Formats: sequence, C-alpha cells, structure tokens
Amino acid sequence: MKILVTVKEVSTVEDEFEIEGTSIAEQYLGADLNEWDDYAVEEAVQIQEAGIADEVVTVTIGPEDCEQTIRQALAKGADRAIRVWDDSLEGVDVLDVGAKTEILRAVVEAEDPDLVLTGVQSGDDSWGATGVSLAEELGFEWAAVVNHLEHDFEDDRAAVRRELEGGVEELTEVELPAALTIQTGINEPRYASLRGIRQAQRKELDVQTLADLGVDESTIEGDVTLTEMYEPESETDATVWEGSAEETASELGELLREKGVAP
Amino acid sequence: MTDVLAVADHRRGELRDVSYEVITAGRQLADDTGGDLHVAVISGTVDKFGEKLNREGVDAVHTVDHGEEFNHDVYTQVLTQLYDDLAPQYVLAPNSVNGLDYAPAVANALDLPIVTDTVGLETDGETLVATREMYGGKVEVTTELEGTAVATIRGAEWSGAEGTGDASIEAFDAEIDEDAVGSTVTGFEEVGGGDVDISEADVLVSVGRGIEEEENLEIIHELADALDATVSSSRPIVDSGWLPKNRQVGQSGKVVTPDVYIAIGISGAVQHVAGMKGSDTIVAINTDPNAPIMDIADYAIHDDLFDVVPALTEEFGG
Ligand SMILES: Cc1cc2nc3c(=O)[nH]c(=O)nc-3n(C[C@H](O)[C@H](O)[C@H](O)COP(=O)(O)OP(=O)(O)OC[C@H]3O[C@@H](n4cnc5c(N)ncnc54)[C@H](O)[C@@H]3O)c2cc1C
Ligand SMILES: Nc1ncnc2c1ncn2[C@@H]1O[C@H](COP(=O)(O)O)[C@@H](O)[C@H]1O
Repeated sequence: MKILVTVKEVSTVEDEFEIEGTSIAEQYLGADLNEWDDYAVEEAVQIQEAGIADEVVTVTIGPEDCEQTIRQALAKGADRAIRVWDDSLEGVDVLDVGAKTEILRAVVEAEDPDLVLTGVQSGDDSWGATGVSLAEELGFEWAAVVNHLEHDFEDDRAAVRRELEGGVEELTEVELPAALTIQTGINEPRYASLRGIRQAQRKELDVQTLADLGVDESTIEGDVTLTEMYEPESETDATVWEGSAEETASELGELLREKGVAP
Repeated sequence: MTDVLAVADHRRGELRDVSYEVITAGRQLADDTGGDLHVAVISGTVDKFGEKLNREGVDAVHTVDHGEEFNHDVYTQVLTQLYDDLAPQYVLAPNSVNGLDYAPAVANALDLPIVTDTVGLETDGETLVATREMYGGKVEVTTELEGTAVATIRGAEWSGAEGTGDASIEAFDAEIDEDAVGSTVTGFEEVGGGDVDISEADVLVSVGRGIEEEENLEIIHELADALDATVSSSRPIVDSGWLPKNRQVGQSGKVVTPDVYIAIGISGAVQHVAGMKGSDTIVAINTDPNAPIMDIADYAIHDDLFDVVPALTEEFGG
C-alpha cells in the first residue's frame, strides 16, 4: 500500500501585527508545518511501521522557502517529498480550493496511491475543503474529520470514525482508494529524532512545475479574489484589569467573591 | 434574479439549528436580487423535516426520502441533480462536520468555486461578496466570486428563521446510483463521558495551549483546588492526552454555561467559543490583547498566566 500525505506550510502571525493591503506585513509572519498535517504524517508513518504501507510520500504546493517544513515531515518518517511550484504561482494571493484540487490531482494521478491523507484544514486560511474536493475530482471515496482509522484495511476498506459535533462520533467504512481528512488528536505526533533529521537531509525532494505535471496555468488563477483584510471589530468592551500580577489577581479575586462563587 | 438552494442538516432524527440559520442566510441572498429560496432536505424523516423547514421566506422545500442518516455520496448525487433541475445561482450549506463532508464534493462535481465558513454574504446578482476569517480569527477578509458558487456558513452567525411560510413541499425524485455509493455509516458513539461533568460546574478554570507543558498543569489544578472550581480545557490539551476528553469545551466537546468561565492561555477559536459563549461571566487571561477571546470576555488580564495564576491561587490561600 502506498500513502500520499498532503503537507502545507502555514503562516503564523505574531500577537502584534500590521496589515498591508490584503495581507499581513511579512515581518509579523512566521512559518510552521500545518498542525493537522502533522497528525496526518504521523498516521501514515504509523501505518508504514505496522508493515501495512510500503511507501509514504508527501506533497506540498509551496515556494522553495518551505523546504525546511517539508524536511520536518521527512524527519518524522516520510520516505520522500514532492514540492510543486511555478513562477506563475508567485503572484497568486489566494490559492483557492479549485486550484489546489487541480494541482494535487495531477500529483495523485502520477503517484497512484491507495490512500491520500490530508489535514481537516489549514491553520491559516482554513478552507477545510481541499481533501474532499480532491477526492471527488479523482473519483476516490473520502471521509472528512477523521479522528480514528483502523489499520487493517480489511476488504479494501478503511474503517474510520468521523468526529461530529457535541461528542458524537460516526463509524463509517469507505472503499479504497480514498482520501481522508485527518483531525488533531487521532494520534500523538512524534518529535523528529536527531537521526531522523540527519536522514531527512538525504531523502529525495522532487520539485515539479505546473508544466511538468501537465497542469494548465489558467486553472490556478482561481475564482476567489481577496479584496479586503482588516482586524475584526471587538463585539464587547471587556473591563481590562491592569497592573502587576498581584493587583490583577486581586481584582479577579474580588469579582469571584462578589459573585459568591469563591470560598 | 438569483435563486438560492439551501441544504438542511440533521442527525439521528433531529434537524440541527444551523438548518434554520442557512434559511435566513439564503433568504437574505435571495432578497438581494429578488430570487426564490429553495431548501433541500435529504434522508431521515423527510416529511416531518419538510414541515418544520417551511419557515417564513422559504419558497419551496425539496425532500428526498433515501436512508435514515447522512451519507455524503447520496448528498452529492442528490444535490448535483437538484442543481441541474433548479439552476440556482448559489448553493448554501452549513459549515458543519457533515457540510464539510459534501459541500466541497458538490462544488467540484459541478465545477463551481467554493467559499467556506463564511460569516457574511451579499450579492448584487453577479458578484458574491463573502466575509470570512483567517489566521484563527485574527483577521477578517472579504472575498469576491463571480457567477454561481457554493458557500458554507458558520453556525450561530445568522439567526434561525422563524414563523411558518407558504412553501410548496415537494418530493424530489432523485436517481441514486447505488454502485457509486462507496461509504457506509455503521453506527454512532457518544464519547467524553465519565465521572466529571464540566457542564454542571459553577466555576470553570479552563486551560489552553498557553500552558505549554504537561507539568505546568499543576498550577491550574492548584488554582482550581483553592477556588473549589472544576478544571476544563481547550482541545489541544485533550489532544495531547494531558486531560481526558470529558474536560474539553467546544464544538466537539461540551457546551458549558457556568457562572464564571476563566479562560487561561486560550485564544478563543470559533470551535472553542461555540462551547462557552453562554457563560454568565467570562474572564480571559492572555498575553495577547488581540486574541479573539477578548471579543467575548467581560473581564480581561493581558498578562502572563505564569505570573497571574499563582498570584490568584495565593489570594485564596492555596
Ligand atoms: C472540526 C474542528 C473541531 C474543533 N473542536 C474544538 C473544540 O471542541 N474545542 C476547542 O477548544 N477547539 C476545537 N478545535 C480547535 C480550534 O480550532 C483551535 O485550534 C483550538 O481551540 C486552539 O486552542 P488554544 O486556544 O488552547 O490554543 P491556541 O490557539 O494556540 O492559543 C493559545 C493562547 O495562549 C496564549 N498564551 C501563550 N502563552 C501565554 C502565557 N504565558 N500567558 C497567557 N497566555 C498565553 C496565546 O496568546 C494564545 O492566545 C476544533 C477544530 C476543528 C477544525
Ligand atoms: N498548499 C498546499 N500544499 C499541500 N497541501 C495542501 C495545501 N493547501 C492545503 N493542503 C492540504 O489540504 C488540507 C486542507 O486545507 P484547506 O482546504 O486549505 O483548509 C491541509 O491540511 C493540507 O493537507
């Protein structure tokens, strides 16, 4: 069995930041492996360690800068990585779900995996839609928001639990090949070992352009345009207690006594 | 004219609240251009659901009697057929866990763009202007889509539609290709039970990722002991296995309404807020004055939890 994991480098934002036009000014941004994808990588690596999968490949749409993040996934046990980038992607300010679907489809078709694992959502732009859209495009089965996966894949099916709202889980079986969107908490992602980090440097990281994949440039322009970005207005005016920790703690202590809820 | 097709959400025999919210959002969009609002309800006791969905502003309810529970393959097939039949400009779905399991597939099958988790929608008949959040709620953005589109709406952003409408309620004759149904729901399970019920507590000392390490939870337990309060948490603490599932507040955990909710090192992501915004008094302790939790807090301390929490414990002789 072969598993393809989609891995995104997400932008993180500092507490204090400024907006320039329709984006956050570069100096306030950091980068990280998407939290949900970290769980997806771990799940794939565990399936491989159990002797069920023989190869785990990651795929990332992103510029050269994100190779450090991709190497994190390799250090945790993925076998090799594919990074898709193209000059034409440079100026795109929202890569929408449709565009990501087109690009990832070409990679999945070339790799021909039995299972695709994506995250439930990317932590920065939170579409929460790429995995299911990709599955439909490929003619794969799918399941969204998976927080448990049986590793036996009996009868070429994946038995999963989907985490619904309010502490209810749905037990579902999907036929392979399938794409599953992985929810946090499904496992405990490992830290990369020093040995893993060293090995990751030698693992194959293959860079592909849209032309290499046979994806038409016009598809990536997408249908969604970003026209404005702003800080949301605060809905309530909280009373802000200021001063030393002792002072603010005593204000809070007084409130609790006033409410009659503290001893 | 812009017609809108809104899709209802139900589970285990009950319509979920967001079904009425998607009607409100759909009616507003249809009003923007004088179109009709169609509502689809698929699987379950659809006749009963159909009556209930006939709220003010609904022009037609289309029921599809097929199976008891949600199945994304069935939903995708039905909605693409309904779309071909009705030719609406917009398809609106809830941004629920099930919405995320079919809306992207419907959009892709119909070759339509999708915009998810919207908190505001407007149209002039040509351009859909959708407002959504990015970076965990730190910023809001406006996005524009031309022509037809699929959008999902965030729960509790629109009020639920009320009253009774004069919609036609019609059974839609969908053709389900059973061979293309490759997923089977085999059951449901309730999780997060156990000895502690955080929804019963008067005071919750609730901890988030700001606590950094499992060992540091000690100061949270000490505070809860000193206050005679109960400890709850945001999701990452439970995901890490530092507290059991029955302590998790939020969309996929418990809904709580204590007298006082003390959010310590919790940013206030929408899925967390869904579980605690009904608390009487909300206190937030967070180093980030711009954290989204501040929008719903009644009292705030913009400071380091590692200073404030021990100081508060000391206040109460802990
Ligand atoms: C389908 C789905 C369902 C979900 N269900 C839930 C749910 O039920 N419940 C839930 O909680 N989440 C849920 N989530 C996750 C949610 O989106 C957030 O990821 C999560 O709530 C973030 O938890 P947090 O606030 O503890 O962490 P973060 O967002 O990382 O916030 C940590 C906060 O701590 C502050 N901080 C850091 N250091 C300090 C310090 N020393 N002193 C004071 N403050 C400090 C930071 O400023 C920050 O605001 C769900 C997500 C999805 C996609
Ligand atoms: N640029 C990208 N490169 C690789 N995978 C991605 C990218 N964007 C999204 N994904 C995958 O799709 C999942 C859902 O993302 P989204 O639909 O953007 O919220 C993520 O968790 C990733 O696994």
